[in-house]
Amino acid sequence: MNRSYDAVVIGAGIVGAACACELAHEGLRVAIVERDLIGGGATAAGMGHIVVMDDSPAQLALTRYSQSLWNELRPSLPSNVEYDRCGTLWIAADEEEMNEVRRKHALYANANVPTEILDGHALIEAEPNLRKPLAGALLVPSDAVLYPPCAATYLTTCAEQNGAALLLGKTVVAAGQGKVSLNDRTIITAKYIVHATGAAAVSLLPDLPIKKRKGHLLITDRYPDFVRHQLVELGYLKSAHSVTSDSVAFNVQPRRTGQLLIGSSRQYGAEDSAIDHGILESMLKRACEYLPNLGALSTIRAWIGFRAATPDKLPLIGPTEDPTVFLATGHEGLGITTSLATARLLVDSILTRQPAIPVEPYLPARFVRETAHA
Amino acid sequence: MPEHIALMVNGSALSVKRGTSVAAAIMIAGSPCRTSVSGEPRAPLCGMGICFECRAIVNGLPHCRTCQMLCEPGMEICCQ
Repeated sequence: MNRSYDAVVIGAGIVGAACACELAHEGLRVAIVERDLIGGGATAAGMGHIVVMDDSPAQLALTRYSQSLWNELRPSLPSNVEYDRCGTLWIAADEEEMNEVRRKHALYANANVPTEILDGHALIEAEPNLRKPLAGALLVPSDAVLYPPCAATYLTTCAEQNGAALLLGKTVVAAGQGKVSLNDRTIITAKYIVHATGAAAVSLLPDLPIKKRKGHLLITDRYPDFVRHQLVELGYLKSAHSVTSDSVAFNVQPRRTGQLLIGSSRQYGAEDSAIDHGILESMLKRACEYLPNLGALSTIRAWIGFRAATPDKLPLIGPTEDPTVFLATGHEGLGITTSLATARLLVDSILTRQPAIPVEPYLPARFVRETAHA
Repeated sequence: MPEHIALMVNGSALSVKRGTSVAAAIMIAGSPCRTSVSGEPRAPLCGMGICFECRAIVNGLPHCRTCQMLCEPGMEICCQ
């Protein structure tokens, strides 16, 4: 059986789902190919934050743009997406980290992201379960959390309502030159092929500069009001920046259910999908340093996932040397946040529309150039 | 050693025999252990710490598996 579409999106994680939704919305005939479940890979494994991050100006531009798109979509989201604008508190343990709070405050103000500086007293009032004393925090009220698999399902449904075909349980064995071959020997022809398979993208495109970066998460039973905001230690930045060693950092989210989602860990070169109990223990110890009463709570489940990490910590969005092949992968820990902006920029590229933000920092060609100059 | 233990279940005084589990004390008090997310009353099913149906608040801590705990003098037990 052979078929033809305008665009084939490989992968129905949140990025693929968002791309399919955007393409179908623009009137293209779209097929989505997913080998497992909608939003069942890194999308299901991640924390699901919609956050502004400022590792680099390009990351700030992308996260801010995407957060504004989430804000537009928010009234349409079904309740099972559990969208909760709880805000983020970046926690400063000492005066040195308070300098970072002030730096971030000024930077965000420049980017028109309103934030508020909390001193130690205001922080304890906002989050009574945090250890005392702490120096203070930066509150980012516009940050939110959601439940990513349901968000991916919603975006896929939107695509289907605009005529997209969902091919579940099919594996792509080859894709390029306007042809996508499936494991059941179907060949789909398409003007545009979008790779949105996260860290798995290297199985079809082995030269992509993407590495798996393993992470652990753990979820508790329901303890409503134990924390009220997403809490992140400012030391997280040191941890997230390290591109070689294993690291853990304190990051806890309150979920709509009253559960606490506890992270985070980062490991390179760890391909094993089993839980690393040493890392999990370090991660929980770190969390207990910030929330001393955490140890008395019951855990429901711990799990791991693989982030799709690029060398410069920015995603790969846009065209490749093959004029039919486009990328939407390499989002590392920010795929949920940046999925909507990725889809918008990708479709801008395909339809040669003027994008809302400069796309150069995310173009896959930046690594091709690097290789050529090396 | 006294034969009976005095404790509180949902704000009412109760006396139980030494060696009684907290889950049993809640049943003696005639109450479910907890109410599920969808509003159903819940009580112990397995009685061996596996099913999590017997969770209740013990001395202020929610989600305690009461079938795995013995009553202690002065314990404060509440349904959740």
